[in-house]
Amino acid sequence: MPKKGTKSKKVVDDVANEQENKLPDYLELQRTRVVCNADAPIHTLGFQYSGAFAAMGVDNSVSVEKFCKNFKVEINRLTEDDIEFDMIGVDASIANAFRRILIAEVPTMAIEKVFMADNTSVIADEVLSHRLGLIPLDADPRLFDYISENDVPNERNTIVYKLHVSCPKGSQRITVKSSELEWLPEGSQLSMASSAQSGDKQKTFTSFSKSQKQILEKPLGVKFKDITIARLGPGQAIELEAHAVKGVGKVHAKWSPVATAWYRMLPEVVILEEIKGDNAEKLVKKCPVNVFDIEDLGNGEKRAVVAKPRACTLCRQCVMKDDGQKIELRRVRDHFIFTIESTGALPPEVLFTEAVKILEEKCEKVISELS
Amino acid sequence: MTVVDQGDDAAKEELPTPSYRSLAAPLTNPVDKFALLPAFLKVRGLVKEHIDSFNYFITRGIRNILRANNRIEARNDPNIYLRYTDVYVEKPSVQVDYKIERITPHFCRLTDRTYSAPIKVDIEYTVGGKEYILKTKRNVLIGYMPIMLRSYPCVLNGKDEAELARVGECPLDPGGYFIVKGTEKVILIQEQLSKNRIIIDTDSKGRVIASVTSSTHEIKSKTVITMDKEKIYLQLNQFTKPIPIVVVMKAMGMTSDQEVVQMVGRDPRYADLLFPSIQECASERIYTQQQALQYMDEKVTYPGAGNQKEGRSKSILRDVFIAHVPVKNGNFRQKCIYTGVMLRRMMDAILNADTFDDKDYVGNKRLELSGQLMSLLFEDLFKTMNSQAVELMNKNSDKTRSSPLDFSQLIKHEAITTGLERAISTGNWDIKRFRMHRKGVSQVLSRLSYMASLGYMTRITPQFEKTRKTSGPRALQPSQWGMLCPCDTPEGEACGLTKNLALLTHVTTDQEEGPLMNLCKSLGVEDLSLLSGEEIHAPGSFLVMFNGLILGKHRQPQKFANGMRNLRRSGKIGEFVSIFVNEKQHCIHIASDGGRVCRPLIIADKGRSRVKEHHMKELRDGIRSFDDFLRDGLIEYLDVNEENNALIALYEHVDQDGVERSSITHIEIEPLSILGVVSGLIPYPHHNQSPRNTYQCAMGKQAMGNIAYNQLFRADSLLYLLVYAQRPLLTTKTIELVGYDKLGAGQNATVAVMGYSGYDIEDAIVMNKSSLDRGFGRCIAMKKYTVTKENYGDGLSDRIAKPQRDQNGVLVKQNMRALDEDGIAAPGQIIRNHDVYVNKQTPKNTDRRVAGAPLADRDYANAAVTYKGIDGETTVVDRVMLCSDTNEKLSIKCIIRHTRRPEVGDKFSSRHGQKGVCGTIVQQEDFPFSERGICPDLIMNPHGFPSRMTIGKMIELLGGKAGLSCGRFHYGSAFGEPSGNADKVEDISNTLIKHGFSYNGKDFLYSGILGHPLEAYIFMGPIYYQKLKHMVLDKMHARASGPRVLLTRQPTEGRSRDGGLRLGEMERDCLIAYGASMLIFERLMLSSDPYQVQVCRKCGLLGYYNHKLKAAYCSMCKNGENMAKMRLPYACKLLFQELQSMNVVPRLKLA
Ligand code: SF4
Repeated sequence: MPKKGTKSKKVVDDVANEQENKLPDYLELQRTRVVCNADAPIHTLGFQYSGAFAAMGVDNSVSVEKFCKNFKVEINRLTEDDIEFDMIGVDASIANAFRRILIAEVPTMAIEKVFMADNTSVIADEVLSHRLGLIPLDADPRLFDYISENDVPNERNTIVYKLHVSCPKGSQRITVKSSELEWLPEGSQLSMASSAQSGDKQKTFTSFSKSQKQILEKPLGVKFKDITIARLGPGQAIELEAHAVKGVGKVHAKWSPVATAWYRMLPEVVILEEIKGDNAEKLVKKCPVNVFDIEDLGNGEKRAVVAKPRACTLCRQCVMKDDGQKIELRRVRDHFIFTIESTGALPPEVLFTEAVKILEEKCEKVISELS
Repeated sequence: MTVVDQGDDAAKEELPTPSYRSLAAPLTNPVDKFALLPAFLKVRGLVKEHIDSFNYFITRGIRNILRANNRIEARNDPNIYLRYTDVYVEKPSVQVDYKIERITPHFCRLTDRTYSAPIKVDIEYTVGGKEYILKTKRNVLIGYMPIMLRSYPCVLNGKDEAELARVGECPLDPGGYFIVKGTEKVILIQEQLSKNRIIIDTDSKGRVIASVTSSTHEIKSKTVITMDKEKIYLQLNQFTKPIPIVVVMKAMGMTSDQEVVQMVGRDPRYADLLFPSIQECASERIYTQQQALQYMDEKVTYPGAGNQKEGRSKSILRDVFIAHVPVKNGNFRQKCIYTGVMLRRMMDAILNADTFDDKDYVGNKRLELSGQLMSLLFEDLFKTMNSQAVELMNKNSDKTRSSPLDFSQLIKHEAITTGLERAISTGNWDIKRFRMHRKGVSQVLSRLSYMASLGYMTRITPQFEKTRKTSGPRALQPSQWGMLCPCDTPEGEACGLTKNLALLTHVTTDQEEGPLMNLCKSLGVEDLSLLSGEEIHAPGSFLVMFNGLILGKHRQPQKFANGMRNLRRSGKIGEFVSIFVNEKQHCIHIASDGGRVCRPLIIADKGRSRVKEHHMKELRDGIRSFDDFLRDGLIEYLDVNEENNALIALYEHVDQDGVERSSITHIEIEPLSILGVVSGLIPYPHHNQSPRNTYQCAMGKQAMGNIAYNQLFRADSLLYLLVYAQRPLLTTKTIELVGYDKLGAGQNATVAVMGYSGYDIEDAIVMNKSSLDRGFGRCIAMKKYTVTKENYGDGLSDRIAKPQRDQNGVLVKQNMRALDEDGIAAPGQIIRNHDVYVNKQTPKNTDRRVAGAPLADRDYANAAVTYKGIDGETTVVDRVMLCSDTNEKLSIKCIIRHTRRPEVGDKFSSRHGQKGVCGTIVQQEDFPFSERGICPDLIMNPHGFPSRMTIGKMIELLGGKAGLSCGRFHYGSAFGEPSGNADKVEDISNTLIKHGFSYNGKDFLYSGILGHPLEAYIFMGPIYYQKLKHMVLDKMHARASGPRVLLTRQPTEGRSRDGGLRLGEMERDCLIAYGASMLIFERLMLSSDPYQVQVCRKCGLLGYYNHKLKAAYCSMCKNGENMAKMRLPYACKLLFQELQSMNVVPRLKLA
């Protein structure tokens, strides 16, 4: 119903156009909003082509100046492991690029190799290793290098953890938590089986030239201490060494630095036609997240107004039945509410800057390839 | 009352209403009867019918068999005898070195033993010699009986969870099967037509027949009375020709025609129908019993044997003809009456087609369970054992008497032990006495998933051969309601024939007949012997049939039936006795025989349930058990026949349309109980198209998951486990009852129903790589490899050698890396293709041994057993078990484990018969995500819905989503909405709205690739997905060149032999039609078995190439002049030579 949008002009006012040529309201609406009808969202793709409105004298191209002018980031919430911020004035493709990079390309450290010395628990070696791999480690990946196939594991590319728990006979069953993982800054303590020759130093699986304690300012560990790794019955034991390396989420989800990262477009709820009286009450009640409120017009008259559009979860209750026609749900196309839930290796805000850096690198690469 | 906030009006309504009820209001508030179901299953277990049946056999059946055959005596001296006085089955044990050791089922599974218990008897016998000495002996072993798990003799009987865990048993395992030589065997329930009942039917030629299959301890016979060209005949195998029925009657002493007519009934229509038969008899000039018997004697099949005084046919009439009707003191009257009734029913059917019996009617079926089958087998073996003993005794007594004649020395227990063991392990039931040869009676219990094993326990196999294309027996019978599951049947040839028991079904066991008969008599049943034919069929009086026998008649059938039923309800007679008044046949059928299916129902008096809220409260509080409900006459068991006399309401509180409430006699316990165990997993099955439920029943058995609590300690030859099996988010009551929530086989996947990438056509699903990384669909396949260390006698045996190392301690052979120092693979070692797992060596020379000297290393040949796995996969040795098998050989069992993550081509299915393979695996960032950041685990194509009509799956998604957001498991039990066992879609939608979702479950999703919103709302939520056992890894197969068959030199066949892919006849036809001759040539010859031959142009036969002379030579022409080189398939050359060997000369003519 883009035509109806013409009735309320005030809603489409954020993109100020310097040029005299302005798009007609309904086109402007199409350009800047996704309209979420009761049956399906429309205008989801928007106008990508720079000359889409050339005939009307309107320039639809992307330019750095425009971007610099419009781009804004507002942080709404920042805790230890998640952040929510508004990213305003970018195209969905840019926002999505950040999201994709966050999920798949920002590196972290994760356990990749497990050396089993002993595992008599009910949980199979592979499954145990898989579980270990998924444990978020409290290690800043920026301090480490990638390890390639032929590289020798050293203090710069490998973190070694040890897990040695046993449940004594006759005692209660125990739960092995991630806190039992012990960091070995000096490298592996297991000796390679084949080196049976006497003499020399025992060859281990890593060759650390110096202790990682000297390189890092804070000791490494795991981010969450209460992740269950396994359960041990009486008489069972686990002894293993786990080697963590740097990697990216593209290869395996364990290297993904985020639990998830996503965005949603800013909701915009518009009352096209005034809703008064009982209908207003009804409308307010309909919304499960209290987007609407009642405005007292005095003399007993009540009118529904949009109070918290941000909260809208798009359940489409308000656009169904009764007064459905009078309300329009929209999403602002260039306003993203971005959420990053970090797994803990890096704080969420750092993750985002990392993502920006990676995108930058990529762009540079493209530019250099092209030139 | 959901409308709470309707303002002032609502507030007023909230006020307590006065405690006055209008007359139209429901009589009582609905009583939540559901608690009865768990209570029922608690006392019964899921496979109680098997266990009950076996228990009956162990406690009573075996005694009866013994009593019937309790005396054996020497042929020529009856004073030398042996009498069995008592029999008992002890606890399962084995004898090891003269020491008796108790065994547990799990021990038997692991060590390939039979879980069996000694059968001991007390005997009394005389020892012959100069004088007879009477001796008694107790605890004489006569054999080992395989013991059903959880039956009385089983060690698991009555154990609680902790105790079961101690003996290594899973508490959820239902029992009801046997362990024979380490494999678990189920004796399937066999479906049969009921014995000793008259069945009126038409044969293939359209003739009306009345048949009775009589079965007694001594004999099984089938009596058929047919009407052919208006005349009625008796057909028996013992007679070469059909015998006119009036002759039979005369032979049984009913010489007057009037009497015959009276026996059938005085209705002139009967007489009319009978007239031609009487006429025929008269035309044969048969008037007396003697004449009739003479007439019949001529028609006996094997007349030679009948040289006794009384004549062959009389003994046939007495022993074979309707054998279950007893003949006392040569009085055939009972048989006459029975024949009369048969004739009468036949004529009824002719006069009124309604009265035909339906062979597919469940009431005419009997289920034969393991107890009955075992007792048949045992009786046979017991008799064999006895006759062997007698045989030996006769032999001994014929010889000179060196030792005293003593029966107790001649009882050999091997016959019974091996007989029982063999029958159960092969499934072949061969009983000579009854000429019974059944195959496939027992089957290996499938341990693919928990559901698969449960499904086996409830399966009913038909007796007919499956190839018949008849539709009648395959169709769903209305009488199956509540007894047999309407969904759970296989597809294909056994469709509709193989059935499954419903949740609450019970199968009866035999009950003592004597007291019941007496009771009937005292309730006013008039004895037949006192009545004339006229009186028997007097109008208004009903015949009382007891287990197919005519007991007498009663003048007030309804009163009698009510009396009997009251006795049953008050527990004076067995709860499974059925009393069925058949108005059409003017009969009251009382049944106490075994094998009837029945189910519990709540008794209602004039539509009011006897079960009240306070009863249920007592049940919930644990004061009352299900048996108390039975004892107090609140609930009773009805079998299919008696159900015909009942009017059963689904719910008490719902008004049934057009049914007088006061005429309701029973109320269903729970409608979901019409489904079986396996179909009980399906949420909202009543919203699905019915075949989908059937498909799911087949697929639920292939789903991987947890098998039993002891799954990691089992040694099955193949075991599939899911690493992170979950409990379904949308459960059903059945799931909770059977314990599927504890041993789930699937995972709750977040599913988005949308098209994606084009790799999702034809039901393929797109999976999220990150989900797989995080453990979705990860499974473990464990395979058992057994190696036996063979003994060759004379102290010679295989040996297991350590892996060879050089002086530096480095392995000589790389494929020995998985071995431990003892020469057997070490648990935890990664084992790859071609690796050795047992380094076995066999003596080169097994028959000759160098005088006592120990064999040197060189006397052993290498016989290392290598692992054949898939290249590139890392499999791990999970466990190694050493045990000595029953032949005292060392058997080494290596269990090799392989953890697999899903890959493209693996098969998945939801619980709604919607299977699909994984089409592609996509990175998480490419997956769509919702406004809440939720990213689906898999994407399913919406085209799966319209044609399949699995609405249940959609509701499952909705319910699961609502369950997630409100933190409560939602239910989707079958037909559960009215009783609250299934959440209504409306309520689910309200929950969704409350948590900010759209009521229809569709979310606003963003594209993961482009980042813009998707142009449709996507139906997304959790659906329980099962990973099925069909995995690409086990099936993928390709080959370039490879092994060939020795004989034909063609590529081998089949994946297991790394065979080629055949270009078959039809493919060849295509190529011919297309004209691709070179391709055919290449495929059929060059890529298969090309061979060069030398052909003699002159004689056309194959010659050979002499390599020394470097010339071809024809051995026929004895020269090498006209030789030509030629290529043809080796198989062709082979054919020529084979033809030549048969004196057929194939000649090649070369152009
Ligand atoms: S769509 Fe749902 S959440 Fe959004 S405003 Fe309407 S009712 Fe409220």
